[in-house]
Amino acid sequence: MEWGSVESFLSMGGRGAYVWGSYGVTALLLGLEAVLLVRRHRGARREPGAPGAEP
Amino acid sequence: MAIRIFQFSSPQTFYPLAGRLIPLFWVLAALFSAAGLYTGFFVAPTDFQQGEVYRIIFIHVPAAWMSMFIYLVMAGWAAVGLVLNTRLSSMMAQALAPTGALMTFIALWTGSLWGRPTWGTWWVWDARLTSELILLFLYLGFMALQASIDDPRRADKAGAILAMVGVVNVPIIYFSVKWWNTLHQGASVSLTRAPSMASDMLTGMLLMALAFWMYAIAAALMRVQSIILERERHAGWVKDLLEPAAVKGSP
Repeated sequence: MEWGSVESFLSMGGRGAYVWGSYGVTALLLGLEAVLLVRRHRGARREPGAPGAEP
Repeated sequence: MAIRIFQFSSPQTFYPLAGRLIPLFWVLAALFSAAGLYTGFFVAPTDFQQGEVYRIIFIHVPAAWMSMFIYLVMAGWAAVGLVLNTRLSSMMAQALAPTGALMTFIALWTGSLWGRPTWGTWWVWDARLTSELILLFLYLGFMALQASIDDPRRADKAGAILAMVGVVNVPIIYFSVKWWNTLHQGASVSLTRAPSMASDMLTGMLLMALAFWMYAIAAALMRVQSIILERERHAGWVKDLLEPAAVKGSP
């Protein structure tokens, strides 16, 4: 697949909002889950039994 | 062999094992994502009917597959925990639920963004979409039920019953496009016949499915580690594990 230019890649044949809206939200949610998991584990190590205990 | 399986069924031995496996699954998820996204955006051709918007398939289908697969695994662990009374099995079920719910939401979200330009609607109450929405409610119900019961062992039992009853929904989702006349298209990939899509599209989709799979394993293992610490906090081994950190932290 040759896109030719960055603009044509981003526009996705005029459907960029749908394609990037899908990929963007997916990446955001998976990233958010990963961050929350790290924080919960840190909290549990600091004070087991207190989920997501803040420092 | 049997001895080793039971050895790892103890939270104490599984906790460090999970810690060693997590980085491996993150690396695999990253590699499969990179390969899948490259194939999906730079190798797979433009669809002759849909143009470029079909590229949503590379996350939509893997997320939808994982939403069903995680549910089956979750219900399986919950059932094992109920029957054999093994703590770790119930913890695994609990650890899988939020990731499964997330996959279900992603499948619905991307499906909606795909439906609008191709069907002309964000949402339709057809059998496939409705049963997938019910799957989301099953995950949320499982999580809410477990959260509402203070005694973890009782919460495990109640959750297991709900999860097992909800399993009936999974074949309904999968076969809905056959059993009913749905707006949603039928399966493009099946075990019984050749896939009805270009091979580069299929490759990209399968790579992304592997990426989602590896991600889900990494996420579930991370969550089960936290659950183990939270639930076993009175156990001597947890105190021993956290002791050095506590000593280091205090002057």
